[in-house]
Amino acid sequence: MGREGSVGTLIAMTTSKGNSASGPMKVNRGLAEMLKGGVIMDVVNPEQAKIAEDAGATAVMALERVPADIRRDGGVARMSDPEMIEGIKAVVTIPVMAKARIGHFVEAQILEALGVDFIDESEVLTPADETHHIDKFAFTSPFVCGATNLGEALRRISEGAALIRSKGEAGTGNVVEAVRHLRSIFGDIRRITQADSAELFDWAKKLGAPLPLVQEIAETGKLQVPIFCAGGIATPADAALAMQLGAEAVFVGSGIFKSDDPSPRAKAIVQATAHFRDAHVLAKVSRNLGAPMTGIGMDKINERYADRGW
Amino acid sequence: MSGVVGVLALQGAFEAHQLVLRDLGVKTVQVRTPAELELVDALVMPGGESTTMSHLLVTSGLFEGIDSRLKQGMPVFGTCAGMILLAKGVLDGRSDQKSFGAIDIDVKRNAYGRQIDSFETDIEVDGLVEDFHAVFIRAPQISRCGEGVTVLARHGQDIVLARQGTVMVAAFHPELTSDNRIHSLFTGLLQEV
Repeated sequence: MGREGSVGTLIAMTTSKGNSASGPMKVNRGLAEMLKGGVIMDVVNPEQAKIAEDAGATAVMALERVPADIRRDGGVARMSDPEMIEGIKAVVTIPVMAKARIGHFVEAQILEALGVDFIDESEVLTPADETHHIDKFAFTSPFVCGATNLGEALRRISEGAALIRSKGEAGTGNVVEAVRHLRSIFGDIRRITQADSAELFDWAKKLGAPLPLVQEIAETGKLQVPIFCAGGIATPADAALAMQLGAEAVFVGSGIFKSDDPSPRAKAIVQATAHFRDAHVLAKVSRNLGAPMTGIGMDKINERYADRGW
Repeated sequence: MSGVVGVLALQGAFEAHQLVLRDLGVKTVQVRTPAELELVDALVMPGGESTTMSHLLVTSGLFEGIDSRLKQGMPVFGTCAGMILLAKGVLDGRSDQKSFGAIDIDVKRNAYGRQIDSFETDIEVDGLVEDFHAVFIRAPQISRCGEGVTVLARHGQDIVLARQGTVMVAAFHPELTSDNRIHSLFTGLLQEV
């Protein structure tokens, strides 16, 4: 799929009305650009953070429990203890991300005060607001938000997200939902580029998204910010699949540290993401990695995290 | 200039560099393998995470190839993480972090702090008439600059753009603005080869 020239949108945004990428937004979208082609790994302690950095992660996501454990334990999942986030920040030189609940702007304020490099307003945690997401323009720190379709992605961008990721279905080790989200987002982008100017009004209405953002996509053929894949990636092949579908980098949550042997798997996923079109490299790095996380089928899960967010 | 400018495409903002190069009418290809390196006359090393690129340079088998091409005088332009990879010394880098030592500078990673300290500013650049709008993202700092290195721009006291022979480095991200003048300085270097 045509991935060349996706950065044009960043440049275009510096001139487009109503969404000028200047001030924090320019450096924040810039950091998202720097993370492209890389793997962002979920870690729950400094030891895992070191393993992730040693394996070539571009960033780590600091959290108390990986999604697979959140799913198993149930209850309310909240922002992690600042002490554990600080502990992880102290041992790695790569960017550190952390999660706030959907709509919980005070958790986000705390994460910004901690100097976290990217805030994930995440459906993996229990939502704090059933109607509103965080006004991300009120912050200096960059935000990444999940999306299942283009309308959701554009609503998050209009609220100030510097990076979009698929939601997938976190903690399942099953990539099917992430594939659905990526196909939906890129499919609609392709269709919008074929629409005439009158049809764009209807697209904006159908997507529940601001018209200027839809018009901009019609012109550029690209989302305004980078788009990464998250949710259910467990193998090097999963990562390369997401990249070939159009994702520009991958988040791997439970897939690494819930597998038999995290370090070799982490290294293999880093190589697969960099060389995502080279089947010979993929064949080489997929060998002898031990058992991946067991994973679960979509019919066996009680609650879809992807349904969280509005 | 004639010739092909490769962009190291293991990780980071390589597509942004390609857009600027194409805007200048330069032919550009992505470099992920030693075979692709053979196709290029010059190389751009983009911003991204230097630790990640350092790993992938080794696993892809590109490290030796690039090292030997640099010794033969292949022109190279490193921005941010790319500058770290080209520096002689990397302070507070990881012990296993590889660098090419192609330019006689020492750099300090993330010298300006975390993402919340990232910034934009206008800088004066030697050879350009108007100021250049420079974007600094978790930027490294040049902490030592050898005698053979020409300083092309500063931000306050800090050297942010420098050149030694056909090796050019920037602490900021000229690929994130629509201004192609810094890339033009680099492609200008190729004429001298």
